[in-house]
Amino acid sequence: MKFSESWLRSFVATECSGDELSHLLTMAGLEVEEDEAVAPPFTQVVVGHVLEVSKHPNADRLNVCRVDIGNGTVQQIVCGAPNVAVGMKVPCALPGAVLPGNFVIKVAKVRGIESSGMLCSAKELGIDEDASGLLPLAADAVAGDDLRRLLDLDDRMLTLKLTPNRADCLSLTGIAREVAALTGARAVFPEIAPVAVTSEVTRPVALEAPAACPRYCGRVISGVDARAASPEWMVRRLQRSGIRSISALVDITNYVMLELGQPLHAFDNARLAGTVRARMARPGEKLLLLNEQTLELAADVLVIADDEKPLAMAGIMGGEESGITLETRELFLESAFFAPAAIAGRARRYGFASDASHRFERGVDFELARRALERASELVIAICGGQAGPVSEAVAELPQRTPVRLRSARVARVLGVDFTPDAIAGLLTRLALDCQREGDDFVVTPPSYRFDIEIEEDLIEEIARLHGYDNIPSLPPRARLSMLPQSEDARALSRLRQTLADRGFQEVINFAFVEEAREADFAANANPVRLANPIASQLAVMRSTLLGGLVGTLQANLRRRQNRVRIFETGRCFLRSEQTSTRTGTQVEGFEQPWRLGLLAFGGATPEQWGSPARAVDFFDLKGDLEALLLPAVARFEKATHPALHPGRCARVLLDGEAIGFIGELHPQWVQQYELPQAPVVCELELAALTRARLPQFAEVSKQPPAIRDLALVVDHELPLQALLDGLHAHRPALVQDIRLFDIYTGKGVAAGKKSLAFRIVMQDTQKTLQDAEVDAAMQQLIDYAHQAFSAQLRA
Amino acid sequence: MHTLDPIIQEAEAAFAATADADALEQVKARFLGKSGRITELMKGLSALPHEERKAAGAKINAVKAAVEAALNARREAIRRQALEARLAEEALDVTLPGRGETRGGLHPVTRTLERIEALFASIGFEVADGPEIETDFFNFTALNTPADHPARSMHDTFYLQDEAGGVAEGILLRTHTSPIQARYMQAHVAKYAHLETMPEIRIIAPGRVYRVDSDATHSPMFHQVEGLWIGENVSFADLKGVVADFLRRFFESDDLQVRFRPSFFPFTEPSAEIDVAFMGGALKGRWLEIAGCGMVHPNVLRHAGIDPEKYTGFAFGFGPDRLTMLRYGVNDLRLFFDGDLRFLRQFV
Repeated sequence: MKFSESWLRSFVATECSGDELSHLLTMAGLEVEEDEAVAPPFTQVVVGHVLEVSKHPNADRLNVCRVDIGNGTVQQIVCGAPNVAVGMKVPCALPGAVLPGNFVIKVAKVRGIESSGMLCSAKELGIDEDASGLLPLAADAVAGDDLRRLLDLDDRMLTLKLTPNRADCLSLTGIAREVAALTGARAVFPEIAPVAVTSEVTRPVALEAPAACPRYCGRVISGVDARAASPEWMVRRLQRSGIRSISALVDITNYVMLELGQPLHAFDNARLAGTVRARMARPGEKLLLLNEQTLELAADVLVIADDEKPLAMAGIMGGEESGITLETRELFLESAFFAPAAIAGRARRYGFASDASHRFERGVDFELARRALERASELVIAICGGQAGPVSEAVAELPQRTPVRLRSARVARVLGVDFTPDAIAGLLTRLALDCQREGDDFVVTPPSYRFDIEIEEDLIEEIARLHGYDNIPSLPPRARLSMLPQSEDARALSRLRQTLADRGFQEVINFAFVEEAREADFAANANPVRLANPIASQLAVMRSTLLGGLVGTLQANLRRRQNRVRIFETGRCFLRSEQTSTRTGTQVEGFEQPWRLGLLAFGGATPEQWGSPARAVDFFDLKGDLEALLLPAVARFEKATHPALHPGRCARVLLDGEAIGFIGELHPQWVQQYELPQAPVVCELELAALTRARLPQFAEVSKQPPAIRDLALVVDHELPLQALLDGLHAHRPALVQDIRLFDIYTGKGVAAGKKSLAFRIVMQDTQKTLQDAEVDAAMQQLIDYAHQAFSAQLRA
Repeated sequence: MHTLDPIIQEAEAAFAATADADALEQVKARFLGKSGRITELMKGLSALPHEERKAAGAKINAVKAAVEAALNARREAIRRQALEARLAEEALDVTLPGRGETRGGLHPVTRTLERIEALFASIGFEVADGPEIETDFFNFTALNTPADHPARSMHDTFYLQDEAGGVAEGILLRTHTSPIQARYMQAHVAKYAHLETMPEIRIIAPGRVYRVDSDATHSPMFHQVEGLWIGENVSFADLKGVVADFLRRFFESDDLQVRFRPSFFPFTEPSAEIDVAFMGGALKGRWLEIAGCGMVHPNVLRHAGIDPEKYTGFAFGFGPDRLTMLRYGVNDLRLFFDGDLRFLRQFV
């Protein structure tokens, strides 16, 4: 809501300075988003009356003028403006004047002719962009009068960022009412007297959707001159309120809307047939709007229609074919109350908004229609002439204003401030609310212009606003304390993140929506969760994997010449699911939204360093990171396939038998397609599995020295280590504590198609020192098992 | 026996002329070996008359001791020289870079979220979570924002497609973290239905939220932290206290100015916007809008099954992205979601 400050002050004479006023409004919830002076500072500019204009003897484009600057003083001023003419009233900067840009006017010779001042364009005064010529002033302006006063140039344009509940402040009247309540100054609004009815021309009105339109007023004004000029004061106030002057009739409807808050609509009465009715749109009805958009009207759109056709989207926008033009001689002026529920959301659905819909959907004073119609009639007759016909008014059931009970004790409890009932009474009085006191309670009947006072808390907010939020104390919180749980079998996400950071990974946060192709490539997801209204096609579907985003981040960093990238992300992924609903909890029917952890490593296995051989990061580097992350839990890895990953370098990660994710090298196809110079190794895991932890359990530590033996077994090259290890573990003698692979060998001495796996076997007895014979027997047992189960041979 | 002194001088000179331990041992033999000069002198003693032997022996022994001392001194000198040579040889260019993995780091917004969680944990707030694909019910209706409520236009909501390519009914990307309030309250009420008076609710709920908005100061995905305290006597003055305390701790600035100004949210009444102003730095003295808050609207409590006559409470919503920008002086929101390692590494 933009408006002229001096217009506001015409209704409420407050002592506040401009800045104080802005602060006051902001701190009362009417945030002043912008305040703008209508003109920059300048001094000593007065109305000049051009008496004579003659050619400058030494310059073609200059004129020498004789200008009356008031009190009979006439100055000679050289002027280059093309529109200068005898008889004009124009701004005249006197010698000594300081114009915007610190431009000081002096008596000077211009091409040999003395000039005592300067005639000014709007641009030179910083009022407007127009530099084409002198700013013409009204013919009745008095020479010598101060220009700032004449044009009210000390005015400011204020823009309020109004919250949707304060529709009552979408007018100067409403804001003035608010300023009066805040300052205690009296708001004075001019009496609106009904205009004299001098014509018998009427048009009947009918309410055919009384819930949506419970009040409709209209009147015909005949014999208007639609081409009459809008008065300067009206144009100025509209302009300073952000509304361009269009024509007198349009300007008048806008002016009354700004002044009182009642949107009006003017029809050309000659284009209407029969009764004007407020009804719901009929199936298939179309309407060409003033904005040249043709809409097919839905059944829940309220229209204003005559006997033949829809004329306007009620309370939203008029129709092109029934609207006033400069040829209009007879006017049908509408002033109605449309229920917020009947207007809300409709304009937005069709992709536009209007000043009228903005007001009606938030709530317009339902007792205002008639007064606003009289006010507009008065202005029409004054500006465009014409004869007013009688008002046609139809009224159905208007909104109820249910009295709201306000308990003093409740005010204190909610705000934490002990207000006395008398203090509350004082604040309610300032708000000019209709209220009855009953002991310590107040029964308040909200006024017709307030749509935001329905419950006690709404009144408490009014009390708090008027008292000032600043004046409510900040209390240190008081509560009965109990300690927060610190579960040891859950690992905080922050621990995980920190561990990853410590291992060289940088956290990134990617958008949860990605390009559809990435979902297809990295998750083989042909049916992703799609957005109905994405901001861009590359952000059109919800990710079901973090991999797409991580590869994107890698690409972006490669473009920035980062050659080693280690990144991780924790975030939600989004999958369709058939699970049944819960309205509570954290589930949404039809979707799974698991938290995941994604890791990507690209480039050198270690940072490039003068003393270490360079080596590209590989599967086992990332696997090592993953194993460290999971400790003390030990995951199992089994060969698997994944659409994003190299089929020979991909594993499913299992924890306690549950699949928790994948690790692998990016598939060469994607490496090529995404133009990566080398394959990144990636991994994606369910975060829930990673945040599980187990409570440590004590086990006896042996005081006996361990026996350590090495064992090299030659097996088929294809045999996965895990199978052999699992077998050995399952069949190990009790004294074997640990079996660990420490070397793999192929080549000389090992037959083709075979590999030699070297294990370190740790044996120990908690009670006694092991004898060689026991150790040898245990080793033989392992060897025998390996031979029998896997045809393993002891390496020679 | 002054004739013996030259032997000492000779030995000292010979020892000094050696370059290493081996050469020294060879030269030593010339004086102290089996047929060395001193040994020879000792052998010559037996030729002396008996009464001279003792004095001569003592002199020879003195010479021997002097030669041995010279030898040991030389040995020590050579050993020291050798050590020094080795140390010199082993010296490193200590200015060369070290070896091994470097450290990564947390995302700056994560740093902020973790600090927020820690600060609120210190006054007994637990962390709550909720889904990002959310129902219209929890995102709006349960928060006192029915369909076509003008407040819905404050949110430009992302909707999902249904299987037929239309707009899926009743489902959206959450536009704020407030639905977590509604979900948590419902669950809390159900959990403590057996008690006369339920325990207080004190939660914060950080998370990602989505709005159809993208420019220099808006990202279609961003973060919020929702806070909620419901109890039997929680007031607006408590809200002011908690929020102001949090902001001063978060920015580690006791003279941070905090102001509350009336605003409107469908799910709180009274409602406020929170502005802060720093007393120094680039933004000194400017009021910056930083959060929205208010007393939980009775309708929201009722929706969750909480009696607003018995319980009151407040809720607030901060933008951690903005807090992060102010805290670290980041000047462009988009940097947070850009994955630029050169930017992110600044927060290691």
